[in-house]
Amino acid sequence: MSNVASIGRSSMEELSEASRPVRQPVLRATGLSKQYGSVTVLSDITLDILPGEIHAIIGENGAGKSTFMRLLSGYAEPTAGSLLMGDVDVKFGKPERAQDAGIVLVHQEILLAEALTVAENVFLGRELMRNGTVDDKTMRRLTREKLAELGCVVPSNALVRNISLADRQLVQIARALLDDYKLVIFDEPTAVLTGDEVERLLAIILRLKAQGTAVLYISHRLDEVQRLADKVTVLRDGKMIGTYPGHTLSQMDMARHMVGRDLAALYPPKRANVASKTTLAVRSLSVPGFAKDVSFEVRQSEILGFAGMIGAGRTELFEGIMGLRPATGTVELRGKAVDIHSPRAALDAGIGYLTEDRKGKGLLLQERLAPNLTLSALARFHPGLLMRRKREQAALTEAVDQYDIRLKNMGVNAGQLSGGNQQKLLLAKVLLTTPSVVVIDEPTRGIDIANKAQIYAFIQQLVSEGKTCIVISSEMQELIGICDRILVMREGRIAGEVSGESMTEHNVALLATSVAAGNTEGGRE
Amino acid sequence: MTVITGSTALKPERDWNIGWADVGPFLALAALMVIGFAINQDFLSATNLGNVITRSAFIAIIAVGATFVISSGGLDLSVGSMAAFITGITIMFMNRMAPEWGVAAIPAGMLVAVGVGLFCGLLNGLIVTVGKIEPFIATLGTMGIFRALITYMSDGGTIPIDRGLRDAYRPVYFGTFAGIPFPILISIAVAAIASFILYKMKYGRKCAAVGANEDVARYSGISIIKTRTIAYAIQGACVAIAAICYVPRLGAATPTTGVLWELQVITAVVIGGTALRGGKGHVWGTVAGAVILELIANLMVLSDFVSEYLVAGVQGVIIIIAMLIQRFSK
Repeated sequence: MSNVASIGRSSMEELSEASRPVRQPVLRATGLSKQYGSVTVLSDITLDILPGEIHAIIGENGAGKSTFMRLLSGYAEPTAGSLLMGDVDVKFGKPERAQDAGIVLVHQEILLAEALTVAENVFLGRELMRNGTVDDKTMRRLTREKLAELGCVVPSNALVRNISLADRQLVQIARALLDDYKLVIFDEPTAVLTGDEVERLLAIILRLKAQGTAVLYISHRLDEVQRLADKVTVLRDGKMIGTYPGHTLSQMDMARHMVGRDLAALYPPKRANVASKTTLAVRSLSVPGFAKDVSFEVRQSEILGFAGMIGAGRTELFEGIMGLRPATGTVELRGKAVDIHSPRAALDAGIGYLTEDRKGKGLLLQERLAPNLTLSALARFHPGLLMRRKREQAALTEAVDQYDIRLKNMGVNAGQLSGGNQQKLLLAKVLLTTPSVVVIDEPTRGIDIANKAQIYAFIQQLVSEGKTCIVISSEMQELIGICDRILVMREGRIAGEVSGESMTEHNVALLATSVAAGNTEGGRE
Repeated sequence: MTVITGSTALKPERDWNIGWADVGPFLALAALMVIGFAINQDFLSATNLGNVITRSAFIAIIAVGATFVISSGGLDLSVGSMAAFITGITIMFMNRMAPEWGVAAIPAGMLVAVGVGLFCGLLNGLIVTVGKIEPFIATLGTMGIFRALITYMSDGGTIPIDRGLRDAYRPVYFGTFAGIPFPILISIAVAAIASFILYKMKYGRKCAAVGANEDVARYSGISIIKTRTIAYAIQGACVAIAAICYVPRLGAATPTTGVLWELQVITAVVIGGTALRGGKGHVWGTVAGAVILELIANLMVLSDFVSEYLVAGVQGVIIIIAMLIQRFSK
């Protein structure tokens, strides 16, 4: 891998030769690897991060980007390899130490204390003191200034609980930019931001670069990467594919490097046998705060995709339909109205929903497999008062066989299964309720490629059996690979529909973001 | 890639799965017996053990109900006051009816007790589930209400049971069947029914699922409101049964009846192996927990080295040790 890094370095030297002397890297990773148990999530990454340079890290979900970032910023320890700052081999152990060394990570998830104010969050853990007491006035002034730079207008004394998701992300960024760091790592910073906010953030990042700060930038938005990055490093399946000078790489090239495999083999061939009969019809459904006036129909044997950015309201829309959130509107299944105020009613009517959060909302991790499997279908499995354990056990044996759930023995807890096997168990659990419409939210999040292919095959099989499938996913390729039609949501509304020839990443991205419009010339067609 | 499924190769799932939480309380109980015997030979005498276990019956019965509430992720602080309140109402009802109905007032009073218990439990449950109030706060409120009601009803004094009924009612606490005191038999019956509900019926599955992870239960179509409210109602019925056993012991209800029982009940449940944050309930462990608490008190009375004034302190130490064992045995 070292040759790849040196390619990157030499090109960088060429770039900088004219203006400045050769710069020392802020941080140098050599042979960095990370294993969790027997699973290698990152292997042998060698990379130089130079000051005054924006270095983008791209890769598919599960490629190891987040793990790499966590290693650099002290949230995890490498199992092999080392991090050098100057000539010193650094071991951070915890994020505070990395921050002291001048490295900060801006998280993708919002990690703020909701019950505290904006200013209190920005200064949390490093409050300014004056005469032995907390100096609120100065902290609020500094917070206001920092937020103004980011174009964020929330009052510094507003409670974080009461501000929007985008504002929270900006507060989090403000928090990271408060001190001068040598290296700022952004993990998907624009996922929840809208057009203007993205532009302001990109401007700030360019200013950091001008000040000589090193920036690592992780994003799925290849147009941003193309605009910003001096260098692009591609990760795939935990390995480094290469480092390339940013300006020479088209978005098409990036995508090809990221995927690097024959996509056709991953997805089952599409069939053209969608029935004409409508199964599920949703009319004017609103979920307060998340989805507004959404109407759509799905036909029998159809796979309908729901695309959109994080926070577009896709999950919440279906939680509304399932009675898991307060919602208004009507839902009809095969012409019969479904009560949208009770999860039980939705399940009994024949709508099954696989949550995106299988560990938090899908399975009882401390419980064994059989009770998990039958939890949604207790009444059907155990008619009358008593439980039929034999019947339950037989169902488990069958599910393990049918869905190829790999396990050591039948007595393990759900939490001991791998992510892919948990997902298959969850699929089996939902299908035990014999739904005619199956909604699958992020079907392959955090699972490996072999299990992914299997899940796609299961989805295909479901529709060939006459069921209807709705797939919500943040992976555009996945939706394009398996769906007959895709609805794109933006800010709680359906922004548009793509199908057949028009089903391209370019078109989906265009509908999903308002920003994408001006900057997608190099987009994939 | 090869797919290894052959379900024959897999060990069948065992019906039982023994862990620390299952055997711990019984090991502790056995250890206490040994220590007790070493300290005082009379400790293991049938009379002494009979007395101890009989005394633990109230806490045991209420704690069996609390196992449902805690297993489903709730908490009930009102059980002690509720026991006093039910005792008061029951005695007042029986006294009122005694002149007309004679001894028949006793079974009628028991029915009233169970009815009032169910009502009180239901009230707690609905405040928690429909009212969406934290269980701690909701039952702190009803705890005060029940306590005030019994104080008001008794005018700050006692509500004694009618002389004519006293002898007829006496055996419920002091009587024996085949040499075993009634309260012990009643506790065993209550625990047996409870374990049947918790382990053999669908409701038990729902209860544990709601307590282990409310979201998973909700997403699985289980009604959190129904499941939890039923748990509180079961708790109310158990408190009523304990109150029925309690009436003949003192023959009266007073404003101090059942004071601090809630703490003993929670302690019994927790040292019995049920996690306070909810999840799988351990009915028999709870019963063992209640007996352990009473045994410790008895041991300290029988032995000379620790003052019995320190009983609550030793019980406090026991609950902390039990928690530490649960934490570190994972």
